[in-house]
Amino acid sequence: MASKLTTSNRAGWGFALPGFGLITLFIVVPFFFAFFLSLTNQRLISPNPTEFVGLDNYSNLLSIRVLSIEPVVNDAGDIVRDADGNPEYPRVRDFTRNNPDYPQYDGMREWFRWHSGETAKVVVATDVVFWKSLRNTLMFVLVVAPVQGTLALGLALLINQRLRGINIYRAIYFMPVVVSIVVVSLLWRFLYAEEGLLNNILGALSFGMFEGRDWLGDPDTALGAIEAMSIWQAVGFHMVIWLSGLQTISPTLYEASSIEGASKWQTFRYVTWPGLRNTAILVLIVITMQAFALFAQVDIMTSGGPLDSTTTVVHQTVVRGYGKQDISGASTISVILFLLVLSISLIQRYLTREK
Amino acid sequence: MTNTKTLAGALLLTTSFGSMAMAQTELTMWYHGGGNEVESAIITQIVDDFNAGQADWMVTVESFPQGSYNDSVVAGALAGNLPCILDVDGPVMPNWAWAGYMQPLPISDAAIEGHLESTIGRWGGEVYSVGLWEAAVALYARQSTLDELGLRTPTLDSPWTLEEFMGALEAAKASGKYEYAFDPGMAWTGEWYPYAFSPFLQSFGGDIVDRSTYQTADGVLNGDAGLAFGAWWQSLFTEGYAPGTSQDPADRDTGFIDGKYAFSWNGNWAGVATLDGGVEDVVFLPAPDFGNGSVIGAGSWQFGASGTCAHPEGVAAFVEHALQDKYLAAFSDGIGLIPSTTEGAALTANYNAGGALEPFFGLSEAQALVRPVSPGYVVAAKVFEKALADIANGADVADTLDAAVDEIDADIERNGGYGH
Amino acid sequence: MAAVNADNHGLRLVTRYVVLTLIAIIFIFPLIFMMVSSLKPDLQLLRDTSSVRAFLPVGDISLNNYTAAFSRAPVGLFVFNSVLVTGATVVLSLFLCSMAAFSFVFLNWQGRDLLLSVIIATLIVPFETIAIPLLLLVSKLPWIGFDGLSFGWLNSYRVQIIPWIADGLTVFLFVQFFKDLPRELIEASRVEGATWWQIYRRVVMPLSGPVLATAAILKFLVMYNQYLWPLIVVQEETYRPVLVGLQYFFQLNTAWGEIMAYLTVITLPVLAFYLVLQRAFIASIASTGVKG
Repeated sequence: MASKLTTSNRAGWGFALPGFGLITLFIVVPFFFAFFLSLTNQRLISPNPTEFVGLDNYSNLLSIRVLSIEPVVNDAGDIVRDADGNPEYPRVRDFTRNNPDYPQYDGMREWFRWHSGETAKVVVATDVVFWKSLRNTLMFVLVVAPVQGTLALGLALLINQRLRGINIYRAIYFMPVVVSIVVVSLLWRFLYAEEGLLNNILGALSFGMFEGRDWLGDPDTALGAIEAMSIWQAVGFHMVIWLSGLQTISPTLYEASSIEGASKWQTFRYVTWPGLRNTAILVLIVITMQAFALFAQVDIMTSGGPLDSTTTVVHQTVVRGYGKQDISGASTISVILFLLVLSISLIQRYLTREK
Repeated sequence: MTNTKTLAGALLLTTSFGSMAMAQTELTMWYHGGGNEVESAIITQIVDDFNAGQADWMVTVESFPQGSYNDSVVAGALAGNLPCILDVDGPVMPNWAWAGYMQPLPISDAAIEGHLESTIGRWGGEVYSVGLWEAAVALYARQSTLDELGLRTPTLDSPWTLEEFMGALEAAKASGKYEYAFDPGMAWTGEWYPYAFSPFLQSFGGDIVDRSTYQTADGVLNGDAGLAFGAWWQSLFTEGYAPGTSQDPADRDTGFIDGKYAFSWNGNWAGVATLDGGVEDVVFLPAPDFGNGSVIGAGSWQFGASGTCAHPEGVAAFVEHALQDKYLAAFSDGIGLIPSTTEGAALTANYNAGGALEPFFGLSEAQALVRPVSPGYVVAAKVFEKALADIANGADVADTLDAAVDEIDADIERNGGYGH
Repeated sequence: MAAVNADNHGLRLVTRYVVLTLIAIIFIFPLIFMMVSSLKPDLQLLRDTSSVRAFLPVGDISLNNYTAAFSRAPVGLFVFNSVLVTGATVVLSLFLCSMAAFSFVFLNWQGRDLLLSVIIATLIVPFETIAIPLLLLVSKLPWIGFDGLSFGWLNSYRVQIIPWIADGLTVFLFVQFFKDLPRELIEASRVEGATWWQIYRRVVMPLSGPVLATAAILKFLVMYNQYLWPLIVVQEETYRPVLVGLQYFFQLNTAWGEIMAYLTVITLPVLAFYLVLQRAFIASIASTGVKG
């Protein structure tokens, strides 16, 4: 009965088509074009003809191997050790540059290594920077998505109360979102500087115990600094989404729970949270997508450095596509990113499915 | 709504006036001076004089902010939407010429006679672009600093050697008066790195690519000279002589003036600001000689004709008009650039004999070396920039330079040798 | 007894305000820095950045940076362009995306799930990665204007508006919201013989105040902060938006004071837009009567 009432191919397509058509023309079609480019050697600027190269771009990006290196042995057959007693190893470049005995490693670079007994296991890749950008992006998503989502919910609950002047606070919490990320990144560069405000405040709070750090110049802290700033900047955005979700929860449910004498936590657990289901999925997906698209902050604050510690996948597509004129390489990264995020969202969807 | 109407009306008015102006052929010009009022005023003056002075051509200017100018041109070219007259940064010109974005400029030899060679853009044996000015880089210092530290004042004929330079940095560091001894300008990412720092590499005897063939960087970027340069470059940061890649952009602009840095590697464009900032005893020292002569970068913005332009002769007429000494002097006085002729320099306030910035003219004549003249430079420059940033941040010198060589070589190969 | 309760209540109220205010400080300080800095000459501005003075309008205070910024670049034109492009896109986007979402949630039709999946999948395509293909596409698209058929959309308002009207996020936002609306309402209207357009217009949209406000703000932000796209498709100053205009201020010796002034000016329209829309939130909160 109900399904018959709501079944209409004509109305369905009619309502969806204008929006869907635009999305197809301006997002789907260009994306397929990018996919096509990833199979060619297309350059951004070139008089040379475009050639089909198959999956070369993919293998250039993704080739990764483990190289086992034995310690250096002296004439007597003993392992050469440095002052600390650690064995010395030959340089990786001896294996990866012009060495006919190891053609499979040619042109590869070290990403990281670990030790198995006295043998060094070195992970080498043709495109170490790409692998680092992948790692950084995943790290960023893993930190930012949960922290930002939770903080945003906390703020939304805090702000969703009737209090004189609450609108002022609501506006203030949203302000970092209002200002462009470009602007915010410029401002935070001043804060993070070695002689900058953050160090001075931490120094004052710790009575001089805290020694200033070069937040954006140190590979150990640069990504964390960008994560912190990104969370700060966009948390208001998700607060607004949570807020609109909170407002769809019927007040009668709250009245019922207060009549039953439920505690605040119980009210949240059994009334608020279930009512936020669809909002939660929305927030989770939006945060994840945005985190994967991380670019502007990195471009302005660190240009991906120091030592590639903050470069991201999208940053790499821009660096290569525009800066290095390698539009086919950049398109390849886009396709890989798409497939990666698609599989993650399918997993997310499976985990949050309605049971 | 009224606003839109007025705006549309105003636009309509200007266009109809424009088309009324006789049978002049319209030539659009793209210029990188958006946001620079002085520069815009001068270019407008040149264009107005040109349009009024002859009956064949009518130039109209479209301004772009410099920071995004190249991206705009590439996008315009991809979309088949280039103007007739293009403004192009010297080292980028071969790339655009090779790609067909530009065509040879039919300018007479007489018009460019006596100009600094680095202001003339040549590719494949033909002139593609001509510039009205040059820029130069010098080692900024205070005379009082040199005196206090007991340092010899280097000259063009007798620049500091590597030992003297490092001795100067050590002395400045030991004095304890400076936050850092030397400010190379790491906060200025982008073209500054290859422009300002590749001359150090060249002074060591290396280069970004092998200029005999332009087919590889192997052996010049990662050869012995390259490795020596890399080790020296890294020591600037590990020994605490220079602020690294995370330098506060504000410090780059004011650090030397504020006395935070003893020496600063900076361009002539900062000269006036430094004098105005109260550093009256500033001296502009020539680049140190690291063994293979003193070198500074060369090649600034130039004018040329786009590949799709139907009237290159009109472009040439405009460029010849713009090359008059009075305009060279106007640009120099307005924005501090070095005029491309001695006659032009004589007309300026700062570069005439005895002028405050005169040393830069000498530097340009004596030490200037253009960046590799190759379509592949654009990509090699980005690779070089990243390598220098990585080495400054502690990456292994040999591995980093090897990787840079691999990337540059792979790019040259993918582009079929870039037409050399 | 009652007195103790009142005291307790007062204390809790104070605590609440203290917490809210502390958080507010964290969120607002860079903006104070921006606005205060816009009043200072460059050298002082840079020297102040390392201390509390960065937040205080002290020293040599003037509006000179504003005067200079307005004479350096056509600031008014840039803001006008951005507001025009943003306004048009937001209105069209809310309309088309809510219609699509309406169809996805309330109607049954063949191909529905496939189309929705495609739209959701477009969420994961960062714009930077399709910018060049899109540029090549729009440079060939036809257009019928006053002067007949022409090809190529560069240098116009439409090239900044039309490709951005429909997007996965906005559709998705409406979809998630519509799922929470009571379906009985729709079915009842159908039984009463209402057309789908009437249901969309008279039943669903009036209930969608909060999501419309949310979607409008999010879309406004995306559009107002456009940079890469207008940079590559607009070559004439006449159509340039605010963030491309920001580049005018990055010269060899960066004029930081003017940048701060410019940033302050371009932030005002967004702030105004948000404050206006906030009333939609307030209204809906008042009606639901959520208690703190």
